[in-house]
Amino acid sequence: MNKPQKKDVFYWFLYFALPLIILIIWESFDRAGKLKPYTMPSLEKLFDTTVEYAKNGQLLTNIGVSVSLVLEGFFLALVTALIIGMLVSLFPKFDTFTDLIIQILKPIPPIAWIPLAILWFGIGQESKIFIIFIGAVFPVFLNTVDGVKTIDKKYFELAKVYEIPKSELIKNIIIPGALPSIMTGIRLGVGNAWVSVVAAEMIGATKGVGYMLSNGRSLSRPDIVILGMLLVGVFGKIMDDILRLLRKKVITWL
Amino acid sequence: MAKLNYNDNFYEPSDELIAVNDLNFKGEEPIVEGEELIAIENVDLEYTGKTGDIKALENINFNIFPGEFVCVLGPSGCGKSTLLKILAGFIQPTSGSVKLDGEEIKGTDWHRGVVFQNPPLYEWFSVRDNVAFGPKMRGIPKEKYIPLTDEYLAKVGLSEFSDKKIYELSGGMKQRVSIARALINDPEILLMDEPFGALDALTRENVQDLTRKIWWDTGKTIFFITHDVEEALLLASRIIVLSKHPGRVIEDIRVNFSRQIVEDCAEDIKFTPEFYKYREKLLKLINSQPQR
Repeated sequence: MNKPQKKDVFYWFLYFALPLIILIIWESFDRAGKLKPYTMPSLEKLFDTTVEYAKNGQLLTNIGVSVSLVLEGFFLALVTALIIGMLVSLFPKFDTFTDLIIQILKPIPPIAWIPLAILWFGIGQESKIFIIFIGAVFPVFLNTVDGVKTIDKKYFELAKVYEIPKSELIKNIIIPGALPSIMTGIRLGVGNAWVSVVAAEMIGATKGVGYMLSNGRSLSRPDIVILGMLLVGVFGKIMDDILRLLRKKVITWL
Repeated sequence: MAKLNYNDNFYEPSDELIAVNDLNFKGEEPIVEGEELIAIENVDLEYTGKTGDIKALENINFNIFPGEFVCVLGPSGCGKSTLLKILAGFIQPTSGSVKLDGEEIKGTDWHRGVVFQNPPLYEWFSVRDNVAFGPKMRGIPKEKYIPLTDEYLAKVGLSEFSDKKIYELSGGMKQRVSIARALINDPEILLMDEPFGALDALTRENVQDLTRKIWWDTGKTIFFITHDVEEALLLASRIIVLSKHPGRVIEDIRVNFSRQIVEDCAEDIKFTPEFYKYREKLLKLINSQPQR
């Protein structure tokens, strides 16, 4: 089967067809009077709410709060994961020393940390950053270790022939060699961070997209809930697109 | 000079082939004592496998003289790659010694350049950066290694491709980068581990010609592992045949075809009866190995 090409009109038609069909069905349900305002908003209502939120600045505030939380938490996770990942890869003794605890902490989902995070840090931003950190640190860490592990052994043998110092080995071989895998880890990590921030904000927050969801529910305003969900989806996609582009820019050799 | 001690299981030396004794690489004058570049003495290598200790190499004894193109031939599993790894310094022999210029080889260093079958080129560097990597890491100043890189890129015919990424190269080109990268360090010996085994026939011929030309022009000593009899005959100035399980030297002969190809442009040499005779003889020798 030949894949539709982006330069074709057909590609874009196909690309937007399904969302359009869903909108049409949604609208026709509304016109048939099947939608109840407290379970499912009409398209018009959703549109009005969006405009209202955009005008009074709530849209930007909520998104801004969540995105900046994700960036802070993710950055902390990235630095931690890279450092520990490199140590584990380079020092087998450190690997053994930390292995069991990492294996046990890894399966605990970020949501399971929320109660403890609230007890420790309260319901402020710190607890959210902590949850995001937990969500993002493992994918980056695991992919860093995996990336170093899968570097061709011959690269190291050859480096040995040149008698290159360890610092040059890390700079010229280990980091670029593991980079494709690290970039995958970063993408997964950011995805996880985004999921975690929504979860954390739904439980205790006064701002953010997660707050929009829980607030919409308590007000019986499905339009706010759906707007919040759409924001989560759209911004998640945008972040992933940015990272995909970044990967292309950084890794020019594959 | 350490004598070439053939061990007890040595096959009858053939009357038709010239056995190596005291000839230099051009097959003309006797070699002076103490002239050897590499001295391999009583080398054994054992490793521990599932069923106990396995002997990979047994009682290997030979010298490599400056300027020789030594091809080591043998069936797969005869330990020829292991021998190369010992020369490179990746592994230590269980017993015996390997000396370069009279000094025991203790580990890897850039005095011995290695070319592998699937060359581990650094994918994140350009062709040029791959070739320049060795001198750069050895702290050679930029103004010196840049012209040097150009020189070696030209030597392997890759000047136009210097800024390409590795993934843009064909298999033969990658192998040429790998050769340039080893040569730029001016190693005392170039160790090549079945370098052309994965290439198609045309490309292989091409890089064989290049290797032969570099050997002839630079006078470098080359130690070359192959399982291809024809390749060995077309390149080597000397062929060493290893037996299987454990690897032992069963033949050590002088050959002249490579020299004839460069000196007399005798490109059709592989169709001569002389060539056939050697080819048949070596094939018989290799195939006479007990199958296990």
